[in-house]
Amino acid sequence: MNEIAWIDAALTSARPQAVAALLRYFRNLDTAEEAFQEACLRALQKWPVNGPPRDPTAWLIMVGRNFAVDEARRNSKSTSLPPDELISDLDDQQSALVERLDSSHYRDDVLRLLFICCHPELPATQQIALALRIVSGLSVTEIARAFLVSESAMEQRITRAKRRVTSAQVAFEAPGAVERAERVGTVAAMLYLLFNEGYAASGGDSHVRLPLCDEAIRLTRLLVGLFPAEPEIMGLLALLLFQHARAAARLDEDGQIILLEQQDRSRWNRDMIAEGFAMLDKAFRHQRPGAYQLQAAIAAEHVRIARAEDTDWEEIERLYSVLELVQPSPIVTLNRAVAVSKTQGAATALVMIEPLATPLAGYFNFFGLKGALLAELGRVEEARTAFDQAIALAKTAAEAAHIRMHLDRLTASSHPARTAAIKK
Amino acid sequence: MLYAVFCYHSEAMVNAWSKEKDDAVMAKHGALMQKLAAQGKLGPVARLMPTTTATTIKEGRDLVVLDGPFAETKEQLLGFYVIDCETLEEAIQTARGWLSDGNSLEIRPVKMFEPGSGVK
Repeated sequence: MNEIAWIDAALTSARPQAVAALLRYFRNLDTAEEAFQEACLRALQKWPVNGPPRDPTAWLIMVGRNFAVDEARRNSKSTSLPPDELISDLDDQQSALVERLDSSHYRDDVLRLLFICCHPELPATQQIALALRIVSGLSVTEIARAFLVSESAMEQRITRAKRRVTSAQVAFEAPGAVERAERVGTVAAMLYLLFNEGYAASGGDSHVRLPLCDEAIRLTRLLVGLFPAEPEIMGLLALLLFQHARAAARLDEDGQIILLEQQDRSRWNRDMIAEGFAMLDKAFRHQRPGAYQLQAAIAAEHVRIARAEDTDWEEIERLYSVLELVQPSPIVTLNRAVAVSKTQGAATALVMIEPLATPLAGYFNFFGLKGALLAELGRVEEARTAFDQAIALAKTAAEAAHIRMHLDRLTASSHPARTAAIKK
Repeated sequence: MLYAVFCYHSEAMVNAWSKEKDDAVMAKHGALMQKLAAQGKLGPVARLMPTTTATTIKEGRDLVVLDGPFAETKEQLLGFYVIDCETLEEAIQTARGWLSDGNSLEIRPVKMFEPGSGVK
């Protein structure tokens, strides 16, 4: 790695903790970000000459804080300033600072920073965009590209979101146990959304936006590191690893979706799967099951076997029924119906999804599954109608193309002669 | 003399590496490993999973099982085992046999294992 790349990686990995600590000092997001930015610029000047500091994160916090304090002093004589000993020589300060940045501080700082992005009034996409900007430090250009919107639109969106979270009062005192647990839960939900944003893009051509998935995994690992005894966070990490492990096998060369059952399993990332199992194993020892652990357990059923035909659908159905109890939702029921179609047949599954028609009236996968079940039962015309509805709801070209493939198959199977001709 | 070589780096930074970067680092390690193996000078090699997968055990009135890596800086790394277990539970039950005199044992899954060329 060349020098700039090394420094860039160090700055990226230090960012959440450094910005979070600066936010605690200044209690203002813009100041914290600006201070970190300045510290990064100085790192790019100093580190190549002096070599990397012993603790890059502490160095960045110190330099950023000194800069912001100087700025404040210059801008307003009336602002009360921190005592002078805080802004004296860096090297003397570094070791003292490192001691003060004990893990419990770090922990609540980073959690607070993540939590600020999860303001309940912000729509999910804005929470994610804000986290990518503030916590991950992605540029507005990069985020705009990931969300397939113009740069100026994303700039506006982030500015607006930031204004809203800045006006919200987030307690800077260390949170109590209950509040901390709530924050962890909220942040986990946001990270899950971030992952899904990358996993199944909600619009545009790029069906898999892997960098968002990588980032979600990186931040979830950070969260596990901060809260090592939370089985649900371990479960979330396991789930993301299992899903992401299949990324390389999910789309073919033309960008078409390849269903789980047809995926080339040799292209799954074994390292990620092994890490997922290690996390799930740890989580289960706590015997405090939850929605993420259950979803991870379901994903584990798929990734643990070498051949799709060996899938234990009964176990998967059982896990979905537990998930239905823990976190009832029409989408969970829809997923259970997939398992039921394998264990009890398409007709039973079709009956099961009928009541979902209203709550899932705008859901692509509902019509995709309905069409597939009807097709399996030979109800070609009804299947065609369902597939047409699915296409109308498809959010990406890959989703639409996948359903079109189903429609083509329907046409082929209703014209046996033509199928035979194609096969030759 | 046999030497054990321990690799240290910022995990946050390694986790932020691209796959290409990670592959390049591993290739570099691999090249030296091959050379040593050819000379019969390579013992077992392991790359560990992230510390998020770690579990630490200690002696207490009952067995104390802590999630996460061994974090105390006042104690030093004195040795290691590599054991083959089906589950974390089995690894814990196996490793607890080595708990004595106030030591701690960190149990960390292995990501990559190379038995080496059989040093004696």
